[in-house]
Amino acid sequence: MTKYIIRRLVYLVPVVIGVSLITFLLMRVVPGDVAVVALGTNATEESLAEFRHAYGLDEPLFDYRPPFGQYGDWIGGFFTGDFGKSYFSRTPVRDELAHRLPVTLQLAIMSLFITLVPAIPAGVIAAVRPNSLIDLVTRTAAVFGLSIPVFWLGTLFILLPAIWFNWTPPFGRVSFFDDPVKNLQQFTLPALAMSIPSMAGIVRLVRSSVLEVLRQDYVRTARSKGLRETIVIWRHVLKNGLIPVVTVVGMALGALLGGAVIIESIFALPGVGLFGLQAIMGRDYLAVQSLVMLGAFLVVIMNLVTDISYVWFDPRIRYT
Amino acid sequence: MTSDAEAIGVWAERPAARPAAIQFLRALRRHPLGMFGLVGVVVLLVMAVFAPWIAPHSASSQDFALLDGPSWAHPFGTDRLGRDILSRVIHASRVELTVSLTSVFVGVALATVMGMVSGYVGGRADTVIQRFADMWLAFPGLILLIIISAVLGPSPRTLIIALVIGAIPGNQRIIRGAVLSEKNNVYVDAARVIGCSEVRIMFRHVFPQIVALTIVIISIAIPYIALLGAALSFLGLGLPPPTPSWGGDLSGDAREYFQDAPWMAVFPGAAISLTVLSFNMLGDAMRDIFDPRLRGSVR
Repeated sequence: MTKYIIRRLVYLVPVVIGVSLITFLLMRVVPGDVAVVALGTNATEESLAEFRHAYGLDEPLFDYRPPFGQYGDWIGGFFTGDFGKSYFSRTPVRDELAHRLPVTLQLAIMSLFITLVPAIPAGVIAAVRPNSLIDLVTRTAAVFGLSIPVFWLGTLFILLPAIWFNWTPPFGRVSFFDDPVKNLQQFTLPALAMSIPSMAGIVRLVRSSVLEVLRQDYVRTARSKGLRETIVIWRHVLKNGLIPVVTVVGMALGALLGGAVIIESIFALPGVGLFGLQAIMGRDYLAVQSLVMLGAFLVVIMNLVTDISYVWFDPRIRYT
Repeated sequence: MTSDAEAIGVWAERPAARPAAIQFLRALRRHPLGMFGLVGVVVLLVMAVFAPWIAPHSASSQDFALLDGPSWAHPFGTDRLGRDILSRVIHASRVELTVSLTSVFVGVALATVMGMVSGYVGGRADTVIQRFADMWLAFPGLILLIIISAVLGPSPRTLIIALVIGAIPGNQRIIRGAVLSEKNNVYVDAARVIGCSEVRIMFRHVFPQIVALTIVIISIAIPYIALLGAALSFLGLGLPPPTPSWGGDLSGDAREYFQDAPWMAVFPGAAISLTVLSFNMLGDAMRDIFDPRLRGSVR
């Protein structure tokens, strides 16, 4: 097992390096000159040159001598915790990310909670009573949930309370620890909008997985030895039936950053996703590279954690 | 019930087998939601093909009162430039469907070729393709597609390229898995013994076995890609204004008018949702019919 984990971790390095190279090169071919974007079209040639020099933009992209070109300079810094500076705010990218991360994390945690609490019981009930009224309602609701775009849902969630109750989420972000009520007023609707598609996906997943387990021989054995149906479900079916949920939750946490882009830009929440979108649009190279790199690490690590957690949840699985 | 002949997969030898499309429609009768989806998709296709004749006005004429609420003259109201929203919604179906369907077919075709080469040839080709796919899949969420759209600039062509790139990596892995288990079958050895070339085995013997899977993948990919494309347009990276598009008409400075003119926000979004809903319902039914092994599985 330890060997397996070490091999996976070693494996992970070229993948993440590849992601960083692709991002680095793609960002350099985004049309437009960073210096002009940062200083405006009226900037003199001198100030532009000064800007490029100050941020190392006049260095070659790759170089074998120190500081090893723009790529080497950045990635060397990245692994020592120095992500470089944003061209626009002129503050370290790390600080920019650090004070935006709580927003995205809170969104993720809240939406995960809002997703799982109704979705798991609904999926289990639908599977235990297939073709019942509850099953039909759940399945139909799930198809609808999968079909509504998050950005439209978010738009409606802002629009409808504004029209009906003349209420809009309070402006200007506050931390949960400073003012929990105001904070929840800001975060509940975006988290809910983010949850609905994943709720639909998880309901369907739980339903099919529990249905599958219900067909197993050991469930028949449990029933025929006279166990009550509740015990069969709780003790025997759910243990195996809910394993796939682990995968989905792992993948959802990995994709957190990408999912936050849309919802943060609709609700104007100053999180990491919105920052990433603005950085890409503004060609803030170092910010984009560092953010994508961290996101890629999160994705691959979450995949690894998911695979490993399988062994814990299902001792029949062995990795070598 | 399926006959034995169907169960063991010798459809072609049944006397006077019905065409696949007729068989599919007959099977669909047992799937009311699938039927609903089919009707929705047909309505949508008719709307897209005959858009200029169905829409009461052109998508770009700015001849009407600004921000006028729904009325008999303008059932969906007008937008901030005085354009008829109903007409824009109808015209947008053309570009939305063209982009989504093109991306799905090109993307799944490339994914099939990649997955088959990777799974069947194996060895170094497999390693190279899969390591690239690993990187591709490690990009968090929409980020890779956003960067690519930023590189190429907003246009329908950009959107198609981005969506094709979005459709390949996950699906090629599913195909690869299917080919890996398929190539151990005796019929592959038999074909090799009678002297078939590897390329011939791949396309004439293995490929027909994964056609059903490919159809299922397409039916799952269409709603997924349609949502993804709408999201990119919404972020201002897909179809540029003034092109009528459902995602695009919900984005950008249009958002500032939603409080006063909520109909601007409601109808394009409803159009996306109904489109995706129809494709989802049809896709669920197709999955049940074409691949009973996948019955009830996710997405």
